[in-house]
Amino acid sequence: MHENDSKKVTLEVDGVIHRYGARPVLSNIVFDCKSGDALCITGHNGSGKSTLLKIIAGLLRPIGGAIRLSIFGQAVDSDSRRKHIRLVSPEAELYDDLTGLENLEFLTQVAGEKLSRVQIEAFLDRVGLHNRGGDRYGAYSSGMKQRLKLAAAISTSPELLLLDEPTSNLDDDGRKIVYEIIDEQKSNGILIFATNDNDEVKLGGRVVALG
Amino acid sequence: MSHWVSSVVALVVKDIRCELRTRYGLNALILFAIITLVVVGLTAGQELLSPSLHASLIWIIVLFSSMQALAASFIKEEESKTAQTLRVFASPSVVFFGKLLFSMILLAFLLLILIPLYVVLMDVDLQSPLRFILCMALGSFGLASATTIIAAMVSKATVKGALFAVLSFPLLLPVLLPSIAATEVAFMGGDEMWGYLRILIAYPIVVITLSYLLFEYVWNE
Repeated sequence: MHENDSKKVTLEVDGVIHRYGARPVLSNIVFDCKSGDALCITGHNGSGKSTLLKIIAGLLRPIGGAIRLSIFGQAVDSDSRRKHIRLVSPEAELYDDLTGLENLEFLTQVAGEKLSRVQIEAFLDRVGLHNRGGDRYGAYSSGMKQRLKLAAAISTSPELLLLDEPTSNLDDDGRKIVYEIIDEQKSNGILIFATNDNDEVKLGGRVVALG
Repeated sequence: MSHWVSSVVALVVKDIRCELRTRYGLNALILFAIITLVVVGLTAGQELLSPSLHASLIWIIVLFSSMQALAASFIKEEESKTAQTLRVFASPSVVFFGKLLFSMILLAFLLLILIPLYVVLMDVDLQSPLRFILCMALGSFGLASATTIIAAMVSKATVKGALFAVLSFPLLLPVLLPSIAATEVAFMGGDEMWGYLRILIAYPIVVITLSYLLFEYVWNE
């Protein structure tokens, strides 16, 4: 990787605080990342891993602190941040009534990207769903659903990829695909993933422990 | 701009595709319209109804038939947990205008079925058919514009249906009353409907502009 490329994207999480009602979840979380980083967020159940990912993705407004994303040194405002970030989460589902292929077509189009059928099929192939693209998402197993969510997330080549429990429901082949995606994302930008699996924690170059 | 338009179109196509496969709102829309129309027809019998009563009846049927389907577009996204995916991939303006267009298509479909059935079953002697269709179209446009933002607001609430009805009533009244009045004039073949039409044109412009400004907060918070 070129030195310039490695500085393409930077993310600053600056003193993020959040609570649900009176219960504090995140207190003064501070870290930063740059292109090529894979950061693992770990912590016990309820420690705020998913909440932190949602805040970084712009889906939740923190009570305190700020998230700053820059691309080539230019700050990305919160409105434009959406174009550069993708989140795979158990709480973000795809459409049961659409096929795998239709789901990917729809999500890339609605994100403002025009991919050809061949390119979309290549993403299905990438996650091992090449012969199941015509089946409805609602008929997929939980592992296949997770694979399709990963395909949707990488289909728009995000600068910042957020994965919440990325290997949940996946078999060994599926886990291997996730590990490959983690490696590939390091050359595209930043990867942040949340997990409790000790083996996966090692995949992150850095670890942020919550709770 | 072309990317934005194609994103909106993609959302509308997705909603139509899902609707045609599940008939989640469509069946309720058609069944409610036909059942209400038959009940009204049987109750009225051979009695000659006044234009004022015809206008009120047809708008009552449109309103109650469409309520569930119009609310469903956002509620289904929240209930099936796809709303969060949509928030990540699509800009709020794409979501708002996509859902608004889908609501308008649903209402156009309802009118396409309801108007000919109403005219035939109720034996209506339409004096100004074109004006009548214009009133119905403009009133429905207003209905769709207001219910889109209300549906987005109630989609995260616990008691969605009741809240939708409660919030809709005061917001829809300014479009329902001139719609009924203009439709009555169209039934009679009168000319004095311009005042009502101006309200029916202005209402969706105001509501859509305000909704567009507020939607990001409603959708993301």
